[in-house]
Amino acid sequence: MDLVFAQMTTGLASAASLFLVASGLSLIFGVTRIVNFAHGAFYMVGAYVAYSLTTRLDGALGFWFSLFAAATIVAALGAAFEMTLLRRIYQAPELFQLLATFGATLAAEDLVVLIWGPEDLVGPRAPGLQGAVALFGKRIPSYDLLLIAIGPLALAGLWLLLNRTRWGVLVRAATQDREMLAALGVNQKWLFTSVFALGTFLAGLGGALQIPRDAASHAMDLPVVVETFVVVVIGGLGSTFGAFVAALLVSELNAFGILVMPKITLALAFLVMAAVLIVRPYGLFGKAPAAARALVGVAARPWKPLRAGGRAGFVALVAVAALAPAALGDYGLAVASETLIFILFAASLHLMMSVGGLASFGHAAAFGLGAYGAALATQWAGLPMLLALPAGPLFAAIGAALVGWFAVSLTGVYFAMLTLAFAQIVWAIAFQWVAVTGGDNGLLGVWPAGFASSPAGFYWLTLAIVAPLLAALRVVVFSPFGYALRAARDSELRAEAIGVDRRAVRRRAIVLAGAFAGVAGALFAFLKGGVFPDALGVPTSVDGLAMVLLGGVETVSGPIVGAAIYKLLSIWLVSRIDLSKLALGLFIVALAALFPKGVVGALADWRARLGGSGRAR
Amino acid sequence: MTVRISRAAALGALAAVGLFGSARAEEIKIGEINRYSAIPAFTEPYRKGWQLAIEEINAAGGVNGKTLTVVSKDDAGKPADAVTAANELVAKEGVALIAGAYFSNVGLAISDFAAQKKVFFLAAEPLTDAIVWSKGSRYVFRLRPSNSMQAAMLADEAAKLPAKRWATVAPNYEYGQSAVAAFKRLLSAKRPDIQWVGEQWPPQGKIDAGPVAEAIDAAKPEAILNVTFGPDLVKLVREGDARGLFEGRSVVSFLTGEPEYLDPLKDEAPQGWIVTGYPWSQIHTPEHDAFLKAYQAKYNDYPRLGSVVGYTMMKSIAAIIAKAGSTDVDKMIAAAEGVQVDMPFGPIVFRAIDHQSTMGAFVGKTALKDGKGVMTDFIYRDGAKYLPSDDEVRKLRPQD
Repeated sequence: MDLVFAQMTTGLASAASLFLVASGLSLIFGVTRIVNFAHGAFYMVGAYVAYSLTTRLDGALGFWFSLFAAATIVAALGAAFEMTLLRRIYQAPELFQLLATFGATLAAEDLVVLIWGPEDLVGPRAPGLQGAVALFGKRIPSYDLLLIAIGPLALAGLWLLLNRTRWGVLVRAATQDREMLAALGVNQKWLFTSVFALGTFLAGLGGALQIPRDAASHAMDLPVVVETFVVVVIGGLGSTFGAFVAALLVSELNAFGILVMPKITLALAFLVMAAVLIVRPYGLFGKAPAAARALVGVAARPWKPLRAGGRAGFVALVAVAALAPAALGDYGLAVASETLIFILFAASLHLMMSVGGLASFGHAAAFGLGAYGAALATQWAGLPMLLALPAGPLFAAIGAALVGWFAVSLTGVYFAMLTLAFAQIVWAIAFQWVAVTGGDNGLLGVWPAGFASSPAGFYWLTLAIVAPLLAALRVVVFSPFGYALRAARDSELRAEAIGVDRRAVRRRAIVLAGAFAGVAGALFAFLKGGVFPDALGVPTSVDGLAMVLLGGVETVSGPIVGAAIYKLLSIWLVSRIDLSKLALGLFIVALAALFPKGVVGALADWRARLGGSGRAR
Repeated sequence: MTVRISRAAALGALAAVGLFGSARAEEIKIGEINRYSAIPAFTEPYRKGWQLAIEEINAAGGVNGKTLTVVSKDDAGKPADAVTAANELVAKEGVALIAGAYFSNVGLAISDFAAQKKVFFLAAEPLTDAIVWSKGSRYVFRLRPSNSMQAAMLADEAAKLPAKRWATVAPNYEYGQSAVAAFKRLLSAKRPDIQWVGEQWPPQGKIDAGPVAEAIDAAKPEAILNVTFGPDLVKLVREGDARGLFEGRSVVSFLTGEPEYLDPLKDEAPQGWIVTGYPWSQIHTPEHDAFLKAYQAKYNDYPRLGSVVGYTMMKSIAAIIAKAGSTDVDKMIAAAEGVQVDMPFGPIVFRAIDHQSTMGAFVGKTALKDGKGVMTDFIYRDGAKYLPSDDEVRKLRPQD
């Protein structure tokens, strides 16, 4: 009994800190529709600033003032970030802001090391709350009791703010219908800035409150942002109370789960999210969004298939690419092969995201399943490379079919998060099932067959597979199936009225995209000579999103250009620069600010302005 | 094969340049890979360590009359990126050998790459047993005392404790899993009366310390084995202290005595834990004094264990190339087998049988002194004494 009590209280304390951060994320998303990937970075900066302040200001007063001041500083940073960067790109396609916030996160991880040094920083414990209180025969840390009190207080405070102030009315109105609010003459700019400041304040406070429990480290952002997203989605986007309940649910399940199955912590939150989304597609307390007034994802210019000149251009490009071994050394060819592989990966994501309007946050699952499929076929079935390669897309397609079956009725961020949940579950299986997958050591010794063992041989093999598949993807986009997919994306009602089976079309798109990503994954396994769980991880999925967004989500060739830029740049930076994340992050932020339509989108605009025919390529 | 050709071509080109009197021919390039961006707390001191070694080696005239230069790459925390980096070092930079790596999965990935491309690889930090045993390869050597060796050192101490009920807490990945498995196996062999009453596997970097501490406490162990480190350790110590988890219990802990992990805890450093580590300020041997003095003079900072690893790695490479008399892979392998290297803890040998060095570790107890964690009652455990016999190794390691 006393153990139950102890686990319950620690669960409550964890829930309180989780809720603070999650409520900020939920507010920001509700009003601005921004998937704020940088939320974890603000949390991290909150912890670092709080460390600096608490170690300089003495006494109880100094300590509590420090936490508050740290959160305020983070809020100021958040407001500045919103005003200088995000304001420029609210009009960009959905999810594009994710790219900017992702860039900022990368940069922040290196910046804190630059400013605060590489060591983990352990701040002081809370004055007066260092000890524990004996309750029911258990010692409960007094700081936990404080956190347990802060959770409901924060919920009550937010409720009052949202329901009893004019500002709160505006926030709720914006959450429900932004256009209507703007039409009524409300200055959205300042509303957005203030919401972003409050949201980041909560993130910073959440981070600062960790100082007495945790060490500030440069890697604390990613787990937090993923976990808070899970909490927000379980609770229902935009629902503060939902976030509170979800934080409780996740924390308590975690606290009790480890008593039964200690290793389950790896995937528990995602299992809960998947279960909740399958039963309640909009989370526990979320409501179905009002029917969109504007059409989603409408390209500025209608897409057109390539004419003869364009096709000849593609063939010429492939021909030039085939001559690369004459110019590039062994290393250059390996990089070129890797870039081709990621072009295919990004193009397959593009099929779902841009053509189908189904942004996946878990596309790495298909990529990784492809890699594991090929690796397992060589390792366990002893198949040679050419026979093992098809196992990749097969595995990936089966996985995608399974996800598609559950996820097809979801849309928007809920779809994205369910795919993320599945990807994380697959990742946890690959990580944990050591006997089959080798755990985090992965499967090694997956080297290409003799004819492809030289860098040039492998490059030609990759090109021979990737180029036709890219052409095939383009054919799919302009096939009747592709039009049906776009119809289902642009207007569900009208598409169904003309007889498009929305679910069937989407399901097929998910499987097709999965299989293509699986080919990329299988090639990747042979390129690297092995496969590791991080092929399935969140960073791989985010890389894919960044590539598509960088190229231009509203264009057809965007992913090819975006993947080439992103991959080459990141390989080059990691090889050349110590602070590669800082450089890559700033570069992404700059591109996001300069080309809100992506690189290819900007090129198309530019051509149109020059009086060209204005085709979206 | 292509690697051989390109290296032969590169050497040929270098020799040709040498004929015309260029100084560049007089250098040996070492490729180095580590997790610089992902684990700076370890890799910064590590880099300082090897830079100091390179400076000393070249000041003393280099190796075989040539200066050593290092091309250093970041693996961005991913095994796949480490393979890219290794490929760049070998195919583009034309390095004589590869060294470094931190996490076990990266070490194994580079090790597999090295065997495939027939390149010499000195794994400095990865602790997994597999790298020299189950997945051992003739191209790969390892410097640091492995998981099994550290487990054996700690199990020796643990066996002396009266505790019969043991619980474990370890990060849920290969390092944690194999450390716990080795420790359990070795301690149970010495003490058949021991019961394993509970285990916790928090995800690396994401420990939920309160519930974990309570769950360990609920198993009512008399002693605890800890394998967590870094921020996870901080959280576990804080929650455990507040909840009285460690009171009246013995704790045995991997790596906790290393300055990288002990120093951030400041005055909250645990007391009386049996740990492996590096009590840099209290080691008074001529070898270590010389190293310490040089390090502090160059950086105005004290060395961490990573510094010793980085320093010894480069010294080992210099010794191997000097003994081989060339940078030919087969000659370097032949030279490395049984080579003796003088390092800050004394002389070590790279064993011919499994390519593991005999570098040991300091085992002692943690204590608080002047508001900082230190190690007391420590003793240097020579790695050679904690390695299995040749017969056992032949069973563990694929014979080539």
